[in-house]
Parts: sequence; C-alpha cells; structure tokens
Amino acid sequence: MRILIKNGRVIDPANNIDKVTNIYIADGKISAVANALDDFTAEQVIDASGQLVCPGLVDLSARLREPGFEHKATIASETRAAAAAGITSLVMPPDTYPITDTPAVAKLIRKKAQDAGFAKVYSLGAATQNLRGENISEMAALKAAGCIGISNALTPIKNPLIMKRIMEYAATFDLTVFLFSEDPSLRHSGCVHEGAISTRLGLPGIPEAAETVAVARDLALIADTGVRAHFCRISTLKALQMISRAQFDGLPVSVDVAAHQLYLTDMDIGEFDSQCHVRPPLRDQRDKQGLREGVCKGSISVICSDHQPHEADAKLYPFRQTEAGISALETLLPLTLRLTEESNISLPDAIARVTTGPAMIAGIDAGTLSQGEEADIVIIDPEQYWKVCPENMLSRGHNTPFRDWELKGKAVHTLLAGKTVFKQP
Amino acid sequence: MIRRNIQLNQQGRLRHFLTIEGLKRQTLVDILDTAESLSGVTDQTVKKVPLLRGKTIVNLFFEASTRTRTTFELAAKRLSADVLNLNIAASATKKGETLLDTLHNLQAMHCDMFVVRHADSGAAHFIANHVAPHVSVVNAGDGSHAHPTQAMLDMFTIRRVKGDFYPLKVAIVGDVMHSRVARSQIHALTTLGVTEVRVIGPKTLMPKGVEALGVHVYHDLDEGLKDVDVIIMLRLQNERMEGELLPSAHEYFQLYGLTQERLDKAKPDAIVMHPGPINRGVEIESSIADGPRSVILQQVTHGIAVRMAVMSTCLGSHADGGAA
Repeated sequence: MRILIKNGRVIDPANNIDKVTNIYIADGKISAVANALDDFTAEQVIDASGQLVCPGLVDLSARLREPGFEHKATIASETRAAAAAGITSLVMPPDTYPITDTPAVAKLIRKKAQDAGFAKVYSLGAATQNLRGENISEMAALKAAGCIGISNALTPIKNPLIMKRIMEYAATFDLTVFLFSEDPSLRHSGCVHEGAISTRLGLPGIPEAAETVAVARDLALIADTGVRAHFCRISTLKALQMISRAQFDGLPVSVDVAAHQLYLTDMDIGEFDSQCHVRPPLRDQRDKQGLREGVCKGSISVICSDHQPHEADAKLYPFRQTEAGISALETLLPLTLRLTEESNISLPDAIARVTTGPAMIAGIDAGTLSQGEEADIVIIDPEQYWKVCPENMLSRGHNTPFRDWELKGKAVHTLLAGKTVFKQP
Repeated sequence: MIRRNIQLNQQGRLRHFLTIEGLKRQTLVDILDTAESLSGVTDQTVKKVPLLRGKTIVNLFFEASTRTRTTFELAAKRLSADVLNLNIAASATKKGETLLDTLHNLQAMHCDMFVVRHADSGAAHFIANHVAPHVSVVNAGDGSHAHPTQAMLDMFTIRRVKGDFYPLKVAIVGDVMHSRVARSQIHALTTLGVTEVRVIGPKTLMPKGVEALGVHVYHDLDEGLKDVDVIIMLRLQNERMEGELLPSAHEYFQLYGLTQERLDKAKPDAIVMHPGPINRGVEIESSIADGPRSVILQQVTHGIAVRMAVMSTCLGSHADGGAA
C-alpha cells in the first residue's frame, strides 16, 4: 500500500521539521517527508490541509488492565481508545495480575496487543518478584522477552540496599529503572496532598516530603550505581528542582509528569470528588506551575497520560476508600496542545513531550517521522472543539475529573505502520 | 465551575446537615433559635411534640458511639418520629456489602432521614449525593472532617451562658489534627462572628495550614488561654497518647492539661467545655471538669434540643416541595 498524506503541517520534533509538506508511505514505512517524490504513485491520498501531521503519540504510562483486571478494561478496549486519541505506542507498568515478573506475562501482553492491532504495547518488567520489594526479578529474561525497562510500579522499595541491588543488576543489562519515588512511612495513610485542603476536609495528607525524601534517596543511589533512571509521575516542584540539579550535574536521569498534574490542584477535590483521587496526589498551585515550567523548559521531557481506567464502582465510596487514578488516554493530546495556549511552549516542543521525548526514554523506534521508520502517524484537527463527556469515552473506564471541560484538538486519523486504525467519521 | 451547596434545597433551605462550612450565619442562628424553643419540651411531663409524626429516621452508625447515638435517638423520639438504630460495623459491611448497597437497601424501606456516623471523612457527603430526593442526611461525625451537630450544641451552650458571640475569644485545646469536632467548631465560631478563635497544641497535633480556617495557632497553653472567654478542651484518643505524636500522657498533661492555675489566665468568667468522653487527668483536672466553670453536662443536655432542631429543620425543608 502506497499512501500520500498531503498538504498537512508536518511536525516532527526529532528531525526539527515544522512545515507544510507531504509524507510518502510505502509498505507501512515512511519513504519520505518532502514536497515531491519521483516515481511515487499513491494508492491512497489523504488530504491533511489545515491539519497537523505528527508522529503517533507515545504514552509512557498506561495501565490497560489485562491480564488480571478485565472487569476494568482490556488491552483491546484500551488500545482502540488509544488509537482514537492518536496514541500508537504505550508502555504498561508491571502491576498486572499475574504480575509482569516473568517472560510469559510480557509475551502474553504483546500477543494480545498484536491480535487487537490498534497500537503497540510495551511492558515494563517488575523490578522485584511479585513486586514485593524483596527478591530481584530475572531482569535479563524480562529484557529478552521485550521489556523496555524495569519498575516496581506503585509499590515502594523500602529497603535502600535492595534498591541499590536493583539498580546495579539493571545496569548490568543496560536496562532503565523506572522509579515511583514515594516514601511509604511519610505517605502513611494519606490520600491527598497535605496542606490547607487536607486540613479542611479532614483527609489524611501526603506531605511533600514523602516525594522529596524518596527522590533524594534514589538520586544518591543512582549516583552510586551509575544506572540510567527515569522518575515517573513527579508531583512536587521541590522534587523537580532536585532532579534538575542532578541532570545539571550530569546524572543520567529523566522525569515525566502526568497530564492532569499540569491542570489540576488539590483545590479541585472540592467536596470530596473521588475523580480527583490520584497517586501521587494533586498538589498545590505552586507545584502545578513549577511542573508546567519544567515541561516548557524541557527538564521534564515527557507528559504521559498515567491512564488508569476503573469500573464505576471503584469510585463509589467515601474518598479515601476509592481507587486512585484517571482514565486519561483521550485527554492526553488536547491537554498537551492546550499548554501552547496557556504556557510558554511552542507547538513542536509540546508535541515532542508526547512523541520523541517518551520514545527516547523507552528506547523504542517510535515518535519520529524519519525515513525508514514504521509509519505510526496521527493527523490532528487542531481547531476541533469538543466537550469531555465520560459516557462517550471509548476507554472502558469513564473515570475522569475533566467532565464538561471544553477541549481543543482531536485526532482525526491514526495510522499504525501505515494501516488506518482510526478515522473520525 | 460553580457547584451548588448540596446541603441546601432549591429554595436555599437546609435539606442535609453535613458540615457547618458554607452555611450562612442566619441558618445557624435559626437552628439555635429553634433549639431554644424546643428545649422546653424536655421539661414537660409528656416529653413529646408531634413535629415528625409518621417520619422514619435511621441512625446509621458505622462507628461505635454511645452519647451521640443516644441523644439523636432521644431527639427523634421527642419529635414523635420512628427510629431505627443500625450498628453497621457489626453487620452488612462485614459480609462484603458496599456502603452504597446498604444505603439502597435501607432506602427501599422508605426512610426519611439518615443520621450517619462513619470513620471516613466525606462519608456523609457521599451518602447525601446518593439518596433519593425526599431523604435528608444528618452528619453525626465523619472521619476527621465534621461533626456539625456537636458544634451547634456547643454554640447553643455558649450562647446560653454568654449571650452574644461577637465579643468572645475562644480557645480550642488539644488534638486539633484528628478532631472533626474542632473543625466544625471553628467554622461555627467564625461564621457566628466571634472576635478570635485560637487553637492550642503541640505541632504534632496541629494540621498543616490550619491558619487558613481563620484561627490563630498557639503552642503554649498559658499564653493561648490569656483573656479568653471560652475554653474548649478536645478529647485525646488513648492510642495517640504514646508514640510518634506524643511521648506520654504525663507530659501532655504537664503541657496542655487544664489546671486551676491555667484556668486563672483566662477571663474570670470563662467557661470550660469538652465534647466528651473526658480523660480525667490527661486533658483536664477533675476538679475543673466538675467545678463551677464547667458546662460539660449542660452540653450533653443541650445536645437533644439542638438535634431536634436540626432534624425538624431538615425534614421541614421537604414541605416546600424543595426536592433538590
């Protein structure tokens, strides 16, 4: 199949391209990004006039809930939602059931994703067996089975010696360690940011120090072991400052933020809105602003969805008992685009945070429109306004705090290796 | 986004009583006035009025309580309502039934009001968000969030003794961090317009950012009690007396226990309050708890009239067709 996408504004941050031009695709791969190409007869022509043509989005953290939590969602249901949201590659944390601590689970996930055919799904392997934080996992085998890094998901490694060993062993096989830094003792029973709001609502708070103490420890261990590490879902300005400082000092560390942290604060919890129950918690205005600046300046190179779909019942309890998380695939792109209007970031830089940024950290061939790459492409109508309506979401999880938000920008056509996986009717 | 206060019906009348926060001064004054007029009922030979005849009130207690549940029950009975007491901690939830299922089942029995106590902050709001339009919810204590009827009976007691709220300086002493009573008292006192509210305690028992509620923070009891008109002592849970929050009950009493000597720092006519149950010798010296300045037992008595007022006000809101 030979496809021509013509007259779109092509934005490919990895190759510094931002211009109106054409993309030529043959056999599922990109032949050229050029105004004209000799000897190319297109079988399909897609007119992208007035639209953005970007690499398919790469989401560094999406829980697709399979295997183990099929009552919440499945790989098929969520990758279909991803395709409709312009996301063509997803990285899944290891807290599946069974846990992704063996090659069999990693292979199962990949096969399910291939069978569904909507998006590419990559796994993070568990850093410790059963995520218990005790015995380290068979990282070499996990890597051989396709895991792109290792992580202990949301379960903290309490013992610093075990964390050191994890880093050393991962470094042996050139695996990136994905860290969720939260000190469990300081978090205690907390469920919201500790501050005026937690005090007002009488909800147990998670102090800022729960994050900074853990980040400080992990930075020290990274310096000690030399492992390549990625801090996941940072929530505080102070932690970001510590990581930025470490980057400046030459430590091989990167960091991402969940899109909702750039738009919401603990104020949005209002009167116990369980849709705002997330982990790490929504922090205050200063943190939100600080994280935005980090994204703009590039010290935060990735915005991820942190997609966590839930069945309706999971949010129908008093706040503290509800499950944390947002169904977020469908809001990732418009929230990223919105930054260009509300903050000091260019469109190509914003696109980079959801394409080449995450692809580089995951170490996967994605997020670019380079010649010879698989044609994972999203065509975006940047002027399309739409209202978030949970009932109409494609994800099985309808849990979103963005209900009734008026957003701008929507994927209208998504290609995976040159094959159309979504087209807006 | 503007969210309507779910406590009020479309006419702005009180339908649920979940928290003091966000209510108008006049709403609180109305409750106090109603309680004043209902307090006479308790002194009659026939201690009943037919205000809520034919109504069914369910006491839904997910957490143990003697005093609060009993006064709610008495209040409902004196209003001629039918009362059902459910101790849920020991029944349904243990069998895996969710809070919402329990609620729907009870609602199917056509109750008019749920009086709810729950260990989780926000539980009363959650229930109020899920009940049928003709049902009212009264919060009898949710986690560390709110205990509005307790605060109102404290306000009732203060008004009876002091008359006016405006000139008063009030000190709240002890475990503010875990206290739903303190949070509701702070909202009630600031709404009713007292001169100053102080909270006094060690930093381990002071929630972060408490100043945002409109209070002054003191860590020294002697300094904090200076010239106050009302002293409210909070209960210290036994399990918090020794550990990461406090070294010992002994040191706590040394620093924050109310003694005669300390009481003398306050105004000569200052009153002493406590929501109960008291830990004698931990929060307060026995001679003060039982002494002339103590209004602790009056608080309990007033609890019945105030809860009668809250129940009749909430159920009365349905009369104007104000299903929200």
